[in-house]
Amino acid sequence: MNITGQDLILAFSAIGAGLAVIAGIGPGVGQGIAAGHAAAAVGRNPGAQGQIMSTMLLGQAVAETTGLYGLLVAMLLLFVKPLVG
Amino acid sequence: MNNALLMSSAGDIDFMIHGLFSYELFGQTLWITTSHVCILIVMLSLIIFSIIAGRKMRRATDVPDGFQNVVELVIELLDGMVAGSMGKSAPRFRNYIETIFIFILISNISGLVGLRPPTADYGTTFALGIITFCLIHFNEVKHNSLKSIWIDKCSPLPPWLPIWLPINIISDIAVPISLSLRLFANVLSGTVMMALVYGLLSKIAYVWPAVLHVYFDLFSGAIQTYVFCMLTMTYIAQAIGDDNN
Repeated sequence: MNITGQDLILAFSAIGAGLAVIAGIGPGVGQGIAAGHAAAAVGRNPGAQGQIMSTMLLGQAVAETTGLYGLLVAMLLLFVKPLVG
Repeated sequence: MNNALLMSSAGDIDFMIHGLFSYELFGQTLWITTSHVCILIVMLSLIIFSIIAGRKMRRATDVPDGFQNVVELVIELLDGMVAGSMGKSAPRFRNYIETIFIFILISNISGLVGLRPPTADYGTTFALGIITFCLIHFNEVKHNSLKSIWIDKCSPLPPWLPIWLPINIISDIAVPISLSLRLFANVLSGTVMMALVYGLLSKIAYVWPAVLHVYFDLFSGAIQTYVFCMLTMTYIAQAIGDDNN
């Protein structure tokens, strides 16, 4: 079986895509911390639950962005294939 | 589209945008894609809903009934959201924010009825991001003097030392890009997940993918809509400034 340069690039693109979604670790930890602190805040002040909830969701969505960048890189490597000439 | 190369074992995984027909304009080949069609369907349904709601509200009664209740509930919820985060300048931005809220929400959850969500196309979300960018900077110039904008742009350092200026400008340019990428990537990830479930597990994909639909389409879509609108409002309110707000 002949392995051409094209095949090698595709294979390494797949590996790179797998590595890129490791970026999901960061947002996972960050969102967990945010949710934990929000739970503590609700425990301390149950009256402010609505506001805490919306603040937490907003912060989590912003923190999620870095993970999504990893996902985008993986998507680009797998489907747009910028490295394949 | 030979994008199924890496997934050649499952030919029916399909979450790509397809071109429907092409036309020439100024020597460029442009495509009408599924995104355009889906966005048209979303817009048409919203327009029809608005016309019906407008006719109903013209004969609005003091004691609301049925449909009028729904319309008033939605508008009051959205009004409260805008007023809560924009304060005094809320009335001027209410119409725009509520319009994009409803549009993005319906776009995100249109995956439920089998459309490919228009917001899973970077063209759509980037256009929304550009509108936000223009609004931010139009209001910044309108409500602040050029001197205070200059001081703000050099902000951690004194205004006669504009070393920090390029970094602030880059972070300004990053705002619409990160806003639009966030919405796009979230909706796209949901679309890809659902396509994978239906494509790879097509033998056993009965009923239980509904749970995934609730998470990826409804929950994630609603959260991202809320976040997009909240961030737009926060940025605009920040650009207007505290003393004007």
